[in-house]
Amino acid sequence: MLDLLKRIFGKDNGSKHVAKERLRLVLVHDRSSISPQLLETLRAELIQVISNYMDIDESGLEVSLDSSGNTVALVANIPVVGMKRTGTAL
Amino acid sequence: MGEVIVITSGKGGVGKTTTTANIGTGLAAMGYKVALVDTDIGLRNLDVVLGLENRIVYDIVDVTSGNCRLKQALIKDKRLEGLHLLPAAQTKDKTAVNPDQMRQLCEDLKSDFDYVIIDCPAGIEQGFRNAIAGADKALVVTTPEVSAVRDADRIIGLLEAADLREPRLIINRIRPKMVRQGDMMSIEDIIDILAVDLLGVIPEDEMIVITTNRGEPVVNDRNTRAGQAYQNIVRRVAGEEVPMMNLDEESGFFKKLKKIIGLK
Repeated sequence: MLDLLKRIFGKDNGSKHVAKERLRLVLVHDRSSISPQLLETLRAELIQVISNYMDIDESGLEVSLDSSGNTVALVANIPVVGMKRTGTAL
Repeated sequence: MGEVIVITSGKGGVGKTTTTANIGTGLAAMGYKVALVDTDIGLRNLDVVLGLENRIVYDIVDVTSGNCRLKQALIKDKRLEGLHLLPAAQTKDKTAVNPDQMRQLCEDLKSDFDYVIIDCPAGIEQGFRNAIAGADKALVVTTPEVSAVRDADRIIGLLEAADLREPRLIINRIRPKMVRQGDMMSIEDIIDILAVDLLGVIPEDEMIVITTNRGEPVVNDRNTRAGQAYQNIVRRVAGEEVPMMNLDEESGFFKKLKKIIGLK
């Protein structure tokens, strides 16, 4: 009964929202033509570059593509453990 | 000089062939000279949808390889004067024709016909590349499902990469009741995701099965929902401004019937 009422009053519960969300995510990857392998390479290279400047927690590093509205963002979450001493004077 | 329109979708089974048959039949009924080309070599079907399967002598591969002249391979429709079909070969595969030959074929057909409508095979391989090679415009058919819309998105990208800009979308097999319940993506949802112009919407209709069983395109039957929807699409292809059909409304026939027996 509750399900029925939910279906009648709450349009958000329809399965189309699941479909739209899944479609949106799958299209982010399709359109960017970025494969999981490519993302993995990107991740490894990011670690390499950032490690030159600071100590990072490699296991906690997350790199993913995200979409909101019509824009796509490359989101990288990089936990910094400590900064490296830089040798540059002045 | 005519116009070459390719009908494509990526995913199979969404209604490319049915749409090709109906748009072609509708345009011919308006008095245009129309050639339909089945490029699904190895899996030919446009002939049966049109009810012309018993008339095939030569096919597209016979034409491109020079076994016969183009005029010999074109089959005249049973019902409509201006409608012709160039069937696909059934015993060969997609590599039997190449994009250059298709371009030439389209050029030849364009000089004789007002509209050349190309039925593209499913997939994105050579069959697809052949089908779009000589096209001036593209129509993309999809259904309100994740898989079909995803494939449509991929196809739109490939069409634009091949310089077929601004393809127009046909949404097939929509069920207004399920859309109202929130259990099927709506026209707006799909347009929003694909960001292309909408050419038309065809509601799910059992009459498609019945007319296809008979080999008669549904567009001839104005009393059916799908027939009306295709009629509107045909007029838009021909350049007319036709308002979108109200999918919530019941079909003309039933509305009339209800009026007669006093239900409305």
